[in-house]
Amino acid sequence: MSGTAVRIGAEPGRLARVVILSVVGLVFLIPIAAMVEFTFRIGLAGKHTVSHWTDLTNPAKADLYSNLVTAIGNSLTLAVVTVAIVLVILLPTMILVEIRFARLRRVLEFVCIIPITVPAIVLVVGLAPIYGVVVTVFGGDIWTLAFAYGITVLPYAYRAIQSNLGAIDVATLSEAARSLGAGWGNVLWHVLLPNLRRGILAASFISVAVVLGEFTIASLLNRVNLQTALLQLSQSDAYAAVIFALLALGVVFLLLLIIGRVSSSRPGTPRSAS
Amino acid sequence: MTTTVDTPATTVRGATVELSSVVKNYGGQRALDGISLSMRPGEFVALLGPSGCGKTTALRALAGLEQVDAGSIRIDEKDVVDVPVNRRDIGMVFQSYSLFPHLSAQDNVEFGLRMRRVPAAERRRRAAESLELVGLGHLAGRYAHQLSGGQQQRVALARALVTRPRVLLLDEPLSALDAKVRVQLREEIRRIQTELGITTLFVTHDQEEALAVADRVAVMREGRIEQIGTPEELYTSPETPFVAEFVGLTNRMPGQLRAGGVTVLGTELQLLGTPQPDGAVFALVRPEDIVLSAFGTPAMVIGTSFLGSLRRTRVSLEDGLELSVQHEAGVSLALGERVQLSLRGRAVAVIPRP
Repeated sequence: MSGTAVRIGAEPGRLARVVILSVVGLVFLIPIAAMVEFTFRIGLAGKHTVSHWTDLTNPAKADLYSNLVTAIGNSLTLAVVTVAIVLVILLPTMILVEIRFARLRRVLEFVCIIPITVPAIVLVVGLAPIYGVVVTVFGGDIWTLAFAYGITVLPYAYRAIQSNLGAIDVATLSEAARSLGAGWGNVLWHVLLPNLRRGILAASFISVAVVLGEFTIASLLNRVNLQTALLQLSQSDAYAAVIFALLALGVVFLLLLIIGRVSSSRPGTPRSAS
Repeated sequence: MTTTVDTPATTVRGATVELSSVVKNYGGQRALDGISLSMRPGEFVALLGPSGCGKTTALRALAGLEQVDAGSIRIDEKDVVDVPVNRRDIGMVFQSYSLFPHLSAQDNVEFGLRMRRVPAAERRRRAAESLELVGLGHLAGRYAHQLSGGQQQRVALARALVTRPRVLLLDEPLSALDAKVRVQLREEIRRIQTELGITTLFVTHDQEEALAVADRVAVMREGRIEQIGTPEELYTSPETPFVAEFVGLTNRMPGQLRAGGVTVLGTELQLLGTPQPDGAVFALVRPEDIVLSAFGTPAMVIGTSFLGSLRRTRVSLEDGLELSVQHEAGVSLALGERVQLSLRGRAVAVIPRP
C-alpha cells in the first residue's frame, strides 16, 4: 500500500488542475472554434473570407435578417418580463418564507426545483391548453410566453437567490431594522435588497441566459424567439445563423462573467448610505 | 409627547416599564406564564435563567417582536401591546451579530436616524458621538466583516443608543464573544447605561454576568419569574431552591428540618424562604459557608482549583458525600490530605429529601 494516503475532498494539485481545465476547455472550445472557422469558410474549397460577417450589414440582405431582428427583440422582451416575474413573485415569496414561514422553506424549494425534472415537451403539453386561456385574457403578444419561462427559470433563479439568502441572517437583520424604526418597506428597500443584490443579479442574469437559449417551448407554442429564428435562418443562410449563434453565446458568456464578478464582490470601501 | 434634549449621548431618558401577567404560547407550549415585571426609569434589570425558560420571549414581547396572548405591557404608563416594534421607541442589541453588512459602521449607526428623517448633518454628528461613546470613533468607515465580534457588538450598541430610545433591550449580546471581551464589554455597557440613565433589560443565561452588571436580577424558570431582587438578595436570600441552586454554587447537604431550623453536620441553621414541614431535607449550602477548621466533620481532599484570590477545594466526607469548600488561596491542600469541616451558620434554603 502506498505511503501517501489520498485525502478525500482534497484540492487537486496544480498539474491536475491544469489537466482538468485543459480537457474541459477543449470540450467547449473545439466546437466553438469550428463554428468560428465555419463562418469564414467559402463552401468546401478550403478558402476563407470575411464576407459572411460583412454581409450582416449588407442592406441587400436586410429582408433575410428582418425576422431575426424581430426575434431578438422578442427574446429581449421575454427576458425582461421573465426577470420581472422572478423579482416580483419569486423574490418576495422567498423573503416572506425566510422571515415568517421558515417551515415552508422545504416545500418552496421542492416546488421551485420541480421544473428542472420536467422535460420541456411535457411542459408544453401541459401548458398548451392553459395558453388557450392566456391568449383569451392577455392576447397573443410574445411577452405572454414569459409565464412559461417564469416556470422554466424557477430552479436556477431559486438557487441563486437562496444561496444569498442562506448567507445572511435575514430574520435578525429585519428585526434589527424594525427595532430601529423601519417599516416593512424600508426594511425591504434599505436592508434586504442591498444585501440580496448578488443573488438578485445572479438570478436575473441566469434567467436572461435561459430565456435567450430557449427553443422548445417557443417552437411548440408557435412563437418566434431568437432560437426559432436562428433555426429558420439556418435553412436559408447557414453562415449567418452560426454567426448569430456565436454572438448569442458571447452575450451569455458575458452575462456569466458578470455573475461571477458580482458574486465575488463585497463591500469594503467606505461609502455613504444616503 | 416625549421631549428629546438635543445634547449628545448623556441625555437621561429612562422610562418606566411594566409587564403585567403577560402570557405567550407557541402552539401548545406556554413560553410566558403570566409574568409581571416593573422597572423604574434608568434601572438595569437582568433576566436570568436556563435555556428555554422564556427570558428571550419576554424581551421580544417587550420589543414588540412577539405578540402576547394575554396581559399588558406598558412603557411610561402607555399600553404598547398593539404598537408595532418600529414605533415602540426601543433600542435593541441582538445575540447574533446584526450589523447591516452593506453599510459601514457609521452608516449602520445612522440608520435609525435616517428612518426618523433626521437631517444629514445632525445624523452624522450624532452617529459620530455615539461611536465615540463606545470607543469606536476611529473605525467609523469599517464594514461589519472588517470588525471583530466585540467591535461589532459595540457598533450595534451605538446604533441602538443613537436614537435615544426610552428602553434598551439587550438579548444576550455578549454570548458570542470570548471571555475577556465579554467582561470588558459588559463593564462598558454598564458604564454607558449609567451615563445615559436609560432603562435597560438585559437577557442572559450567565449568572456571573447578570450579578455583575444589573441593579436587579429576575430569575426565570418555565415562563415564570421565580424571584426578583438585587444580586446580593438573590445570592444571600434565595426564596426558592431553584434560585439557590441556579445562582452561585451550592452543596446539597442532608439535614433534618425541625421547628423552622435545619441541622446539618451538627450545626443548626436558620431557614430561608417559606416555612417547610419537618422532616429530612437537603440544605443548600454555599461553598464559602463551609470552613476548614481545627475540629469538626472529618473529610479528605479530592481536588482543588486555584481561582486567583481564592481556592475551591473538593472534599469527600466519610459517608462519601462530596462538597465544594471555598477558602483563601494561600491555604494549599494536597490531594488525600485529611481536613476538618464546620459550617458558618448562615441561613440556608432547603429542598425535600426523598
